[in-house]
Amino acid sequence: MNFKLFSAAFLVLATLAFNPVWAQDIPEAARADNGGGQTLEDIMARQERLKADGGSRSKETGDPANAAAISEQLGTRGGRSDADVWRGVRYDDIDIKTQVRNPAADVLIQDGGVPWYKLREGPVISYGGGAILGIIVLLVVFYFIRGRIKIEGGPAGTTIERFKAVERFGHWLLAGSFIALGLTGLITLMGRSFLIPVIGPDAFATMAAGSKWIHNNVAWAFMLGLVMTFVMWVAHNIPNKLDWHWLKAGGGIFTKSHPSAKKFNAGQKIVFWTVMVLGVSVSLSGLSLLFPFQMPMFADTFGIMNNVLGTSFPTDLTPHEEMQYANLWHSIVAFVMMVAIIAHIYIGSVGMEGAFDAMGNGQVDVEWARQHHDLWVEEVQAKQGKGESL
Amino acid sequence: MKVMISAFVAALVIAFLAPATLDQFGWSSAEQTSSENVRLD
Repeated sequence: MNFKLFSAAFLVLATLAFNPVWAQDIPEAARADNGGGQTLEDIMARQERLKADGGSRSKETGDPANAAAISEQLGTRGGRSDADVWRGVRYDDIDIKTQVRNPAADVLIQDGGVPWYKLREGPVISYGGGAILGIIVLLVVFYFIRGRIKIEGGPAGTTIERFKAVERFGHWLLAGSFIALGLTGLITLMGRSFLIPVIGPDAFATMAAGSKWIHNNVAWAFMLGLVMTFVMWVAHNIPNKLDWHWLKAGGGIFTKSHPSAKKFNAGQKIVFWTVMVLGVSVSLSGLSLLFPFQMPMFADTFGIMNNVLGTSFPTDLTPHEEMQYANLWHSIVAFVMMVAIIAHIYIGSVGMEGAFDAMGNGQVDVEWARQHHDLWVEEVQAKQGKGESL
Repeated sequence: MKVMISAFVAALVIAFLAPATLDQFGWSSAEQTSSENVRLD
């Protein structure tokens, strides 16, 4: 008797102990047992934001051909239960009609949201933030190793006009708006992770709303600055042989030499084209984000890339996927630009004696100009009658 | 420095004028959740 009781208790305990293991090891059987519905494994995977197996469930979307008679249970649903309908929505198996009027209204469930969110909150923040911190550390180390690049022999005391007022206006319009966009973009991207724990959700909500307003509206000033600087400087930034010599000499940064350059040296040309190419790209993706669902551009871009490069990027994108790609691309391009511009700010201010004057008041020391842009000085002097009006 | 400050002020002026200007063209950035877009008609 005792032996029988003991055996029964052992069997019950063993069943309880091993049941979760069965659920995980034999999901197909478990799924079959509950008519193709969710298993414990599916639920656990979804909670951990892992990919859940929807293989068999995706087909359980009801069958109107076998609809129950109108007088019977679910008869008015045309053979589909609520669960069937939502599975159909989830797996894009039924034609959806809504009364909502906007371009993305018929996408009710979109799986891509989770990987996008994970990318945005994970690698984009960590690699992007790491790149910004990395360039700052690198510049500090560079400053202590190389020191400030000085004017050899000291300033001449006479000046030459480096940039006209309209050129400086275009530069500062672009620079000021870029800094505003960079800071508000970082607040928008990273605030949830880094600011809410410090200042709390209420204060962050106000800050985020303000950041969004600045980011959305200052963007137009950035685009205007981009066009202005492109028109004014593109002719001076066409690459030529001189740039190759300048690059081979490393700009003279480490050798303390002064390779010849016209108005812009190869380093400045790299900054110019980086800002122009990435600036256009960040503006286009920004416009796509500014007018949600109105300016999809990734499906077409992927199509062109597939044709030209033979890649296999997806070209059938839902409106939400378009927005998610635009958001990720916007962030990545912005981080690359921030890294380049931080280095540009360094060399144009604390990194080089006399450099800030070029954009400060437009007048640079003649000796500075001769050392860094000798051919440009010769051109200006030739135009002005050998420097009479320097 | 005057040019720099005037460029920053210009950026702010553009930012303040942008929403009203866009509205004139029937464009409304960042207002996609307004009632017009979700009205059942």
